[in-house]
Amino acid sequence: MAVTEMGTSSSVRKESRSSLLYDPKVRGFVFQLLLVVAIAYLVFTATTNAIENLKRLNLASGFGFFANVSGFDITQKLIEYSASSTYGDAFIVGLLNTLLVAGIGIVLATLLGFVVGIARLSSNFVVRTLATWYVEIMRNIPLLLQLFFWYVAVLTPLPGPRQSLSFPGDIFVNARGLFMPAPIFGEGAWMMLAGLIIAPVAWFFIARWAKARQEATGEQFPVFLTGVALMIGLPFLGALLSGFPITFDRPVLKGFNFAGGMRVVPEFVALLLGLTLYTAAFIGEIVRAGILAIHRGQTEASNALGLRATPTLNLVIIPQAMRVIVPPLTSQYLNIVKNSSLAAAIGYPDLVSVFTGTTLNQTGQAIEVIAVTMLVYLTISLSLSTFMNWYNGRIALTER
Amino acid sequence: MSMSGDMNTIGIGFVRTEQAPTLSPPASTVGVIGWVRANLFAGPVNTLLTVVGVYIIYLIVPPLWNFFIANAVTEGKGRAECLVEVPGACYPYLLARLQQFIYGFYPEAERWRVNLTALLCFGSVAWLLIPATPSKSWMAAFFFVAFPVLAYILLSGAFGLPKVATSLWGGMMVTFVISIVGIVVSLPLGILLALGRRSKLPLVKLFSVIFIEFWRGVPLITVLFMAKTMLPLFVPEHLAPDQLLRALIGVALFSAAYMAEVVRGGLQAMPKGQYEGADALGLSYPQKLIFIILPQALQIVIPGIVNTFIGLFKDTSLVTIVGIFDFLASIQSSLTDPVWATPWTAFTGYGFAALFYFVFCFGMSRYSKFMEERLARSHKR
Repeated sequence: MAVTEMGTSSSVRKESRSSLLYDPKVRGFVFQLLLVVAIAYLVFTATTNAIENLKRLNLASGFGFFANVSGFDITQKLIEYSASSTYGDAFIVGLLNTLLVAGIGIVLATLLGFVVGIARLSSNFVVRTLATWYVEIMRNIPLLLQLFFWYVAVLTPLPGPRQSLSFPGDIFVNARGLFMPAPIFGEGAWMMLAGLIIAPVAWFFIARWAKARQEATGEQFPVFLTGVALMIGLPFLGALLSGFPITFDRPVLKGFNFAGGMRVVPEFVALLLGLTLYTAAFIGEIVRAGILAIHRGQTEASNALGLRATPTLNLVIIPQAMRVIVPPLTSQYLNIVKNSSLAAAIGYPDLVSVFTGTTLNQTGQAIEVIAVTMLVYLTISLSLSTFMNWYNGRIALTER
Repeated sequence: MSMSGDMNTIGIGFVRTEQAPTLSPPASTVGVIGWVRANLFAGPVNTLLTVVGVYIIYLIVPPLWNFFIANAVTEGKGRAECLVEVPGACYPYLLARLQQFIYGFYPEAERWRVNLTALLCFGSVAWLLIPATPSKSWMAAFFFVAFPVLAYILLSGAFGLPKVATSLWGGMMVTFVISIVGIVVSLPLGILLALGRRSKLPLVKLFSVIFIEFWRGVPLITVLFMAKTMLPLFVPEHLAPDQLLRALIGVALFSAAYMAEVVRGGLQAMPKGQYEGADALGLSYPQKLIFIILPQALQIVIPGIVNTFIGLFKDTSLVTIVGIFDFLASIQSSLTDPVWATPWTAFTGYGFAALFYFVFCFGMSRYSKFMEERLARSHKR
């Protein structure tokens, strides 16, 4: 009121200025500008400092070191690798080792986790209590401590090769690892391999056909049993046709160590044990929560329709529980991939141990090495969560 | 018709006028026997499970009892006493090393400073966590603003207190320092990031999303390696932070990202009416957050914050790998001491470490569960 009465040019300007100050658009713009300036300043100082420091420490920069000879050997390698290979090869060896332990860990932890989760809900007091304590103990002790326990306290003090613990089937366990027969595939082994590949494909198509038929006629088909029979039968048929071309290379004690066969390094065993047991506790809790989230009425309705306990679980409870279980399960899978980097502590040659550890120490190119490592984990994380989102979308409730 | 009439008159028909006394249920369905039948031997499969379960317990519990209690060595001066044929825990080793497990190499004369800091810390945390205590906001202000300064002065030394280099810090003390610094830095930072992620300003939102997803996508080890080897390259030479500070920065940024997601959950759980009500009252954005939204949102996510803290507490053990002498590292280094080297030392040391972590994490998880139930009750009205 007072402003309009006075009507002087200065007060009008004052009002427009103050309204500019309180204009959310202008404020937002200024805030974002400040943020951008602050980040740009941080990046600029960091870069200039880094250039200066690199010059002072006489460090190389760039990714040329990938082609240099590494000069160190790695105890477990899935591809050809020796001390005369390059850092690039070492990177791939480490990455494959990470993927190997994480992949096997995911499968085992899922299996054990489902068992634990269902056991937590068992009507049997002993089973329920055991599962509860398993979960509480595993969840509340750091993974690193568990890894140290398995590696330092359990596996390292095992007897040497001459006093190996031996198990049926030419399996030996000693301080140098787990030794077992390695299969050697002779001529005609492709037939078995073909069987192994054809079986799941056939399973997939049979499942589709059975579903279509059930929807059309209501007749059921034992898809699971057929699938299992195919998985076992087709490779066996292949072997039979080609005359069993597999021989086994058995580990034999020669001098102070075993020769031949397949060796699993103790670091791998320790890491896999630790990752599996630790993550299974978390997965167990997720499974339990998922099953509990399904209302009792679902079970009762299914019983009222005349379904027995097993079909109720398979057709009513599990499909619905999976919707609750899958999202947190994804983050547990990601945790396994990320936690496999604890390998560095017990010397399993994973990506962090080989690349961020040894390669970084030898080349001193911290920025490049760490950036590449982080990029790898980010890529794995993002692609796994994309896949899981896709899967989640597929099994999500379809509403009309 | 006449029949019934006849019966009545004859008196054969009998209708009871009072209730028969209730019989107690069959002995096999109540009490101990009933419980055992329902929970242990409900059927052949159930019975088999019970037998297998008892066998597993038999495999695990007696050896543990024998190792840690029955066959444990309680007195001795070196490995000679602990070098027993039957596996048994070596408690003299723990006792001899206990000071190092707690304080690391902190000078003995100055250890009262660590004790005082611990007292202040645990006292104020207990004050904050127990629901019945008054003036929580003052305590929070003390814990998040004054306490860190006080702890820094006490632990590293200033104003006449002799300086103690962080390279001498160690054991449980470092474990607690890292986790407390982690929570004190990551909670405010996490709140800011969560607000940023829900902001309407596109650049602020983009920056928050990238920051959160980046830290959540990489393992903590790589973050620690980055803090150790890459961070010093990004600051001028004379400002290069010491080893512990580098790890602290890494842990704080890492857990801030996780904290942000927890807080975001609380912000999303707030009914829209709360935001609109605050706007209708004419409150500014900071006023709306400080007086209306955050007090409610943070209360909902207390269990989530405690769970994140449990994760952080366990994850502090990872600094062992980048060469910081935390509790796990002090256990690990004590195992190589030739004075106590026996086949059972590793089991004793790891058992003690496991007990330490378990007591803290389990206690906090119970607390988080208690808060969850309390919140659920208060929300029911």
